[in-house]
Order: sequence, then C-alpha cells, then structure tokens
Amino acid sequence: MKKMITAAAAFAALSLSSFTTFADEVNVYSFRQPFLIEPIMEKFTAQSGIKVNILFAKKGLIERVKREGALSPADLVLTTDISRLMKLTDQGLTQPVDSKVLSENIPAQYRDPGQHWFALTTRVRNIYSSSERIGPAADISYLDLAGPEFKGKICTRSGKHPYNVSLVASVIAHEGEADAKVWLEGLKANLARKPQGNDRAQVKAVKDGLCDYALGNNYYLGKMLADPKQVSWAEAVDINFPDQKTNGSHVNVSGVVLAKYAPNKENAVKLMEFLSDDTAQQMYAEVNYEYPVKESVQPSKLVASWGTFKADPLPLAEIAKQHEAAVKLLDEVKFDL
Amino acid sequence: MCALLVKQLSCFYQHNQVLNLLDLKLEKNEIVCLLGESGCGKTTLLRAVAGLQKRLSGSIEINGKTVNDSGINITPEKRKVGLIFQDYALFPHLNVFDNVAFSLNKLTALEKKERVNDVLSLVQLSDYAERFPHQLSGGQQQRIAIARALAYQPDLMLLDEPFSNLDHHVRFQLIREIRSLLKARSMSALFVTHSKEEGFAFADKIALMQAGKIVQIDSAQVLYQRPKSMYVADFMGQSNYLNVSVNDDYSYQSDLGLLTSNTLIRHKKDQELSLLLRPEQIVIELDQQSSAEVLEVEFLGAYQQITVSYLNKIYIVKHSNHLHNSMQFNIGDRVSLKVLSHDFVVFES
Amino acid sequence: MISKFNLYKLLPWAVTCIIITPILALIISAFSIDNSGSFQHLIDTVLIDYTFNTLLLILGVICLSFVLALPAAWFVACCEFPSRTVLQWAFMLPLAIPPYIVAIVYTDFLDFSGPVQQFLRSFMGWQQASDYYFPDIRTISGAVIVLSLTLYPYLYLLLRSAFLGQSGGLFQAARTLGLSPWSAFWRVSLPLSRSAIAVGLSLIAMETLGDFATVNYFAVSTLTTAVYDTWLELGSLTTAAKVSSFMLLGLVILITLENYSRRKQKIYQRSGATHTELRFVLQGWKKWGALSFSWGLLFAAFILPLCVLFYYAFHYFSESLNESLWQYTVNSLWLAVIVAFLALLVALIVNFYQRLSPGPLAKTCIRFTSLGYAVPGTVVAIGVLIPFTNIDLWLNQLLVEFGFSRVGLLFSGTLFILVTGYLVRFSAIAVGSIDSSLAQVSPSLDLASRTLGQNASQTIRRVNLPLIKKGLLSAFILVFIEAMKELPTALLLRPFNFETLATYVYQFVSDEMIEYAALPALLIVLMGLVPFIVVNRLLEKAS
Repeated sequence: MKKMITAAAAFAALSLSSFTTFADEVNVYSFRQPFLIEPIMEKFTAQSGIKVNILFAKKGLIERVKREGALSPADLVLTTDISRLMKLTDQGLTQPVDSKVLSENIPAQYRDPGQHWFALTTRVRNIYSSSERIGPAADISYLDLAGPEFKGKICTRSGKHPYNVSLVASVIAHEGEADAKVWLEGLKANLARKPQGNDRAQVKAVKDGLCDYALGNNYYLGKMLADPKQVSWAEAVDINFPDQKTNGSHVNVSGVVLAKYAPNKENAVKLMEFLSDDTAQQMYAEVNYEYPVKESVQPSKLVASWGTFKADPLPLAEIAKQHEAAVKLLDEVKFDL
Repeated sequence: MCALLVKQLSCFYQHNQVLNLLDLKLEKNEIVCLLGESGCGKTTLLRAVAGLQKRLSGSIEINGKTVNDSGINITPEKRKVGLIFQDYALFPHLNVFDNVAFSLNKLTALEKKERVNDVLSLVQLSDYAERFPHQLSGGQQQRIAIARALAYQPDLMLLDEPFSNLDHHVRFQLIREIRSLLKARSMSALFVTHSKEEGFAFADKIALMQAGKIVQIDSAQVLYQRPKSMYVADFMGQSNYLNVSVNDDYSYQSDLGLLTSNTLIRHKKDQELSLLLRPEQIVIELDQQSSAEVLEVEFLGAYQQITVSYLNKIYIVKHSNHLHNSMQFNIGDRVSLKVLSHDFVVFES
Repeated sequence: MISKFNLYKLLPWAVTCIIITPILALIISAFSIDNSGSFQHLIDTVLIDYTFNTLLLILGVICLSFVLALPAAWFVACCEFPSRTVLQWAFMLPLAIPPYIVAIVYTDFLDFSGPVQQFLRSFMGWQQASDYYFPDIRTISGAVIVLSLTLYPYLYLLLRSAFLGQSGGLFQAARTLGLSPWSAFWRVSLPLSRSAIAVGLSLIAMETLGDFATVNYFAVSTLTTAVYDTWLELGSLTTAAKVSSFMLLGLVILITLENYSRRKQKIYQRSGATHTELRFVLQGWKKWGALSFSWGLLFAAFILPLCVLFYYAFHYFSESLNESLWQYTVNSLWLAVIVAFLALLVALIVNFYQRLSPGPLAKTCIRFTSLGYAVPGTVVAIGVLIPFTNIDLWLNQLLVEFGFSRVGLLFSGTLFILVTGYLVRFSAIAVGSIDSSLAQVSPSLDLASRTLGQNASQTIRRVNLPLIKKGLLSAFILVFIEAMKELPTALLLRPFNFETLATYVYQFVSDEMIEYAALPALLIVLMGLVPFIVVNRLLEKAS
C-alpha cells in the first residue's frame, strides 16, 4: 500500500513537471515533419525570443484538438493538404486572423476568404516518367493514365494517402463523379503493382524497371537528388507537369490555422506571420523544395530549373469539398486492394 | 465448555445442500474422526470450522467462542485453529525453520527460535531446520506441517486427509506418532478421512457422515459392532444380512437355523427382519451332507475369507488359520454354516 | 475496519473502470447517431475484403507462430542438444524488436535493389525485374511472416513452461502403451498444453488485430485500415467506433473460448506438478535438424534484422547521433518502467480480487482489463481522450465556478493520459501472465496461512507474492518491452516536446529512411534486452 502511494506521488510529480508553462511561448500541433519544422522554429525563437513547443503526429491531431475543446493548449495547427485545413475550419476549431502581413504575403487564392486558414507552400502532383524507356512526357495528363496504352506501367502509393485523395478529388471536381470513377478504375487496372510505399518508392520502382510512370509530389525529386543514396533513383526519371494543355497541374498546399482557443494568440499570430515571411518561406523552398506562396520569394534553384507550369486555377476549397467523395470512390473501386 | 460445538449447520453449494442441519460436539482433548464417502460433506464441515466456507447457516463455537452464527463470521486468522492438508501445504519458498515460524511474526527472534526448536524436536526433525520442503520426504513434510500448526498453539486442530499421500508403512507409524503427540499436548482435533483404518488408529471417536449429516458418532468398536443402520454397518466392515423372522421373545427363525438372542426381542412375533452377521460371527465347517457350497476362497494371511452359496444366498465367512482345528477350504467343498452367539443387531427391512 | 473492507472491494473495480472506460467510450460513440452513411458505404464497398484480409492475416499469423513456437519450445524443454541452454532464452529475443522495424529491414533486404536480388541478378545474369520471378514481400504473406517472426515468442514462452511443468512420466506411460515418440507427443504432451496454446495464440491474435504499422507498410488493408479511413478521412468517429466494436466483439468471443478451454484444464495443472528431467538426447540427423531449425529461426527473427540495423547504425553513426537521443532514451525508459510497474499493480489487484473472492464478478474484472490489447494504438488514444478531456473540461468549469483559476488539461494534457493509454493497451499482458502464475500456487497454501493467523493481506505479502516472483518479473519485462516499442499511442497522446525512441524512429520510418532510424531502433532493442538478460540471470541463479 505504501509502495503504491509512493508510486502514485512520483507519477503525479512527473505528470505535472511536464505541465509547467512559460509565459513567452507558443504551442504548435504539427502534421508536418520535425526535420523541416524544427529549423524554422529555431530561427523564430532566435528572432523573437518566443519558445515554440511542438507536438508532431501524422494522425489524429484534429481529433485531439477537438476533444480538448476550450482547454486545448494548441495555438497553431500546421498541416499539409487542403482538406485538413478545411476540416479544421469547418469543425469550428479555428479562429480568423486579421493580419496585414499575412494578407500581403499570401496571395488571395491561397488563403481562406474568411481568414481561417492560410497556405504557406504549394506542391505539385507530378507524373514521373522513366528517362531510359520513356523520356520526358510534356503533354501527359492525369486522365491519360487510365488509357489502355499505360497497362502495367504505373506505380503509385496508397490511394488513401491525402496527396492521392486530393488528386482524385480534383478529378471529381473537374469531370464529375461518374467520369472520375471510370478514370479511377482505368488507373487501377493499369497499375504495375498494388499501391504501396511512399512517393520516393515509386520513383525507385521506375528506376528498378517495375514500372514506367509514377505519381509523386515535386519536392521528393529534390530531396532524392540531395541524398547520395537516392540520387541514382532521381536521375532515372524525368519530371512532368501534367495537364498543361487542359486544366493545369494539380496543386496542393501546406498551411496553418490559428486554434479557436489559442492561449497564446499574440505569439501565435507572430509565428504565423513569420512563417509567411521571407526567412521561413526561403527555408521551405530550400530545405524541402516546395513552392513558397509569397511571390517575392523564389523557389530553390533546382525547382526553378524544372521550369514554370500552369497550375490548376480551380479554387482549393472546391477540390476540398470533394474530399469525402474521393475517399468513397477509392473504396468503391477497391483501389488499394 | 467443549472444544467444538456445531449446531444445525447447513451449507448450500451450487444448489446442492452439502451440509444438512448438522450437529457435532467435540470434548476437550478428544480426537474425532469424520468418516464418510467422498462428497458426503466432511471436508465442507472442516472448512466451515476453519472459517473458509461461505454461505453457512447454523452456529459454530470453538472453545466456547462463537465463530459462526447469524451475522457472525469470524475470519480464519482469528479462530485459532490449526489446519493440516493432504498436500502438506508447506510454503515452498521458505525453509523448515521459516515455515514453522510463519505464524510467530509477533515474537522476538529468541522466543521464535525457542518455540520452533521445541516443536521441531517434538516431531523429531530438529536437524532439518535449514532444509527446504522439496528436500524432505512426504512423511517428514507432514510432520513439519504438524509442527507448524502446533507452534501456533491452536485451540483446535483440523486435519484434512493428512495421511492419504503417504505409503502404508509410513502412514500408520505417523498416525501413531501424531496421535500421541496431540494427546501429550492435550490437543482437541477433528480429523477427516475416507479410510476407516486410519480412523480406527487415530481417533477416540468416529463420526460417520452421510449426505451432509452425521449418522452415528461413537467409538470405533460401537460403530462396528452396533451400527445404527445398514449404511453404517456396511461402511464399517463386511456384512452378511440374514433374513430372519421373530420366533419368540428370545429367538429368531432363519436359514441358518434357530438363533437364540441374549436379550429380549422387542419386535412382535413373525416379523421379518434383517440380522447383521459379520464374517467372523459365522462358524464354517466341512460337511459333505450340507447343500452349502464354497464358491471362492481367498487366503489373507491370518485367515481365509470364504464365499459360500447356501439356499440361493451368498455368505462371506472368515476362518482363522491359527486355531488348533483350522481347516483348508477349496472351491466346491460342501460346508455347514453356524452362527456364533452374540448380541444380535437387526434392521427392519 | 469497514473502510478497509470497502477499499478491498472497490479497488479492483476502480482499476477496471479506468481501463474499460476508454473502450466503453468508443462503444458508446459507436451507437451515437451518424448521418454520414459511412458505415453503409463501408459495407457496400470494402468491408468484406477488409474482414477477409483481417481473418486471413490472423489465421496466417496464428498458424505460422504455432509452427515456429511449437518445435522451439519442444526442443528446449524436452530435448537435449548443443546450445539448448542458450536457445531457451534466445528464442524470446525477437520480442524486443518492433515488428515495423523488422518489416522495413526485410523489405530493404528483399526488394529489387536489396542485396538478395542484386546477388541473384549478378549470379544468374538477369537484367531487370521482368527477367525473373521473385516473391513480393509487400503482401499479406509478407505481413504474416514478419508478424509471426516477431510474435511467436509469446506462444513459445507459455509452451515451454507448459512442457516443463508436465510430468515426464505421462509421456513415458504413453510410450509403454505402444505410442511412438511422435504420436505420444501429439496425443499426450500437446493436449496437456492446450491452455498454454490457447492463451499464447490469443495474445498473438490480439496483437495482430491491433497492429497497424506493419500491415500498413506491407500495403495490406485490414479492418484497422477501415478504422483509420473512416475516422481520419471520412471524419466519422461513429463508424470508426463501430468497426472497432465489431473487432472487439470478435475478441470477446475469442477470450471467452480461451477461458472456457482453460477452465477444463485446471485439473491437470494441479495434479501434474511433478517435473522430471527426462530429456531426449538428440543425435544424428535429429540433432542437426533441431539445430538448423532453431538457429535458422533465430537468424531470421533476430540476428539478421539486428545485423542490418547494426550495419546502418554503424555507417550512419555520425548522422544519427545527436544529444537529444540520450533524452529520448531516458524518456522511453522512464515511461516503460512506470507503465510496467502500474500494469503489474493493475494485474495484481484484479488477480488477487479473483483469488480472494472468486466468481463471475472477479472474472469480469479480469476480462475487461484484458480487452485493450487488441485495440489499435490510435483508437485507444482516442478512447482515452474522450473521458479524460471531459473530466478536464468539467474540472475546470467547476474550479471557475468556485472562483479559482483554471488548471488546464490536468489529465489529458500531461503524461497522465499517455501512461493511461499504455495501461489500457498493455494491462492484458500483465493480467494474463500473473493469472497463470497464480494458478500454479496451490490454494491450500493460502488456507494454511490464513489458519496460521495471517489475514488476507499478510497472506498475499508473505505467501503469494514470493511464490509468483518469477511471473511478476516476466510480466514486468513483457510490458516494459511492449511499452518501449509502442508507437501510435505515444504519437497522439504525448505532451509537447516529449519524444520517445519509438516516436523518434517513426520520423524516419515514415519516410522509409531506415539508415537514420537504425541507431534509435537499435537502442529500443537494446533497452528491451537489458532487463531481459538481467532477470534471466536472476532467475537462473535462483534455480
């Protein structure tokens, strides 16, 4: 009994020790990975003196904020994928931010008209083609991939990954659900193997000769080129911007929202502004090869070398609306099975 | 004041009445054996006395102290009873000394040592204090268990088939030892067994149980010779039942002739009765004229046990091998049977 | 006196409540109104495939684990051959490696550009993938193999002690009745170990059911996938909870069956206590067969993955090493020790409740505290969040009403909730382990102690606890190792700036960067091995 009480006391002490808070700090729930976010936050702390506490997770953070309600310590939620930003907004977990800096830095199509969410970077869903067997395919479109000539030639990651869901959602938004379904069935029939791995793994599969085409976000190519082990994979493919003659390439975003019950609102807005400004935008571009939203900040040299492209002008919100339909469609055609 | 007084004790277990309004009384310094077939409730009674049985009605008193009654259920550790088990229940993680000293945690080290040495010498295992239970034989383990219980100085000793895991030779030696040990310490004890031989050797009195009740309690001799029912008679030893009818106030008519009773017969004339005959109460002799025939002969050392068929009935008879006129019987021999005169026990059919 | 009595009755229920509330919260949300139609959507589309995959996976893992663990346990317990004494503890080592690490190691090793296929290509002169057939590891069979390799020790552990506990005389008796050693094994030794097999396999089935990382890596869609999809992508907690409840139902059936089979078994265990050292001395081809099976298994399940990790850790040592790694190790250790200790406490409380007042109530406690193991970590995390955030909100509201300032998320924002989440998941292991070791303590020892003037708590302290020391230690280690490996619960429930080795490894694993994950992954394995070896030493010394 005595032992139990001691243990309970020790445990309570331990629990509370992690609970102490500082006045000058800001709390971030991040879907984005530490290797990218941590250096940016270090810069912010160095500049402002505000301590940044981060919780990284790839799943369930939205549910956690929701559960924590008015007591949530989260000030900001950082995430990729427009549908997550919209979900946070739609579920009433955010509050609007009226900041001149933000509206100056971020072009109107990349922020919520109601000022709840703000995109920080954009990324393209590219189609990679084998340099050896195919060569550059400048005119390729997403819809082509369902054609019979691509049979057994395509690799992709799980259809349920947000990047693919978002692509499917954009096809639904453009073509309607019925046509999108036909397209998705065709795409599934053309897959060289069951969807698996991440975007890099698809490029690797092209290099290994398992398939000729792979779906992948643009920044992965940059990261592979920077990795001595993976550079040979990257060199085996050409990067193509799809749908240049039609709708334009599908573009997704990463972004940030201010939590509804943010306890450190002032600091949080400072951090949001910092993220939209030159230093952070530059880092996003250089460290992770994403396209900065701030127009005055240039993409990295490598990314710039891929040339300019036409992005799909359809408002992101329209695509995000089709998110649920896309997930259901993926189930209907049993894309991953 | 008696060592144990059980009144109207009943116990239900999964819809079966295991104990049925049972009464039992144990005098000071008396050893009583609870004898019965398995399932008759004897272990339940023992557990009830030890305080390990739930859902009881009735009352139990130990040494004048009520331990069970309506609203009263004293926990086992406050009853001051010693319990001895079939599997010895020595603590395998403790050596002999610590096992025996288990209940003495309130004594000083010196007192403890004294008490342990005292009981260990009583069971003649003083040299084994450092051993662990698995290093001892079964008999030694049970003696340690007794020593452990004695060290606690209980008011009443309860023994649950303590000898059944031991082989025959060790068993009866240990029974004698422990009996004299308990007697020397003036200890009252309740002893459960299904073996009547153990009961005969160990107990002052035997309480025979049947279906949750004690059907007869008395000395072994009385139970054997003057059983109150056929059940008791059969349980205590081999029995032949002779169909008899009352002839007059002092005799019965039977297949084996006219039987003369030493005492007045209370049944009325011509009433049909069963008369108990122990095998040794029948005299057997070779007789070529008789129609009784030997069916089977078993040589059992001191005597022969002979199965005889006579007038479509089977009789079991014992014939001593050590009398001057002892005979050897063979299967097929013609024999005559005669009843020895004794205090007859009869049952109404 | 009265308060003490109440405490003794209340404690097990309080503990059970803490463990079961998160699961109940899930079940309740399964019945709440849901207009999204997600569940109907699942039924219409993929639910049957997912269910089929799940059943196939569980069946496959159970069968393969059985095939691996049975010979391993039999060789070590009943035969004599070189290296037996090393193998008897080495067979448990694979427990220390997280399955997702093994999955990545094997994928890295066996895929097109891995060393195996490279060697085959250069050896056979093949040029590209289409020139030859090589089995794809990222399939359901791959998942079955990897999960079995990491989970078989649970069955091995139980089977070995079951074999050791059996009287050799029974086996000999069967031989004299004309049975060959082979059929004596099948007809006597194996049926006698039925309860061990049932418990071991149900632990393995539960772990498989709760796994997400491995199957997801192998691109196998199971019911867990459905839970994640409906909840995270379709935003329907109700549907996710429905699927989880559906899985739980299957589990409850499983546990009930297992308990039923064990109830019959109890008689055997009590009377078959004698253990004789009658080992077969293996010779000739049998010896080589046993040796190659044992070391082959150990190589595949432990040595090879460990070597690959060592290789990467060595080559990327300077890149992987940083000062935070020490902090993460300390965090992991701390957390695992606390969780193991508390899980042990939970297990002791409910098990002694059962021992002191056996009956359906106590059995319910034991079953309830065992449920969480089969629930995927993320689902447990949400289950834990539901009640504790509510308690926090309520507490703060109360404080404000009485004029105090808010205390924030006292439960759900601290390590408290993380530890609780772990407990919900891992209590089952401790409960089961202590249940089986307590079952081997003869009840007459308790009675002897009680009649020697010791009350219930003295009896527990002086008789029961010393006798189940071994079970306590192994329960502690098993929970400790599980807690070291646990990922999804940690990811979602941890407080700010709190990183464990597992969450740190995950950063790289999620990007399939095994080379950077190797060093921290190795630390997880080593941290798990240390207490394991220490305790093994202690136990060997004791016996």
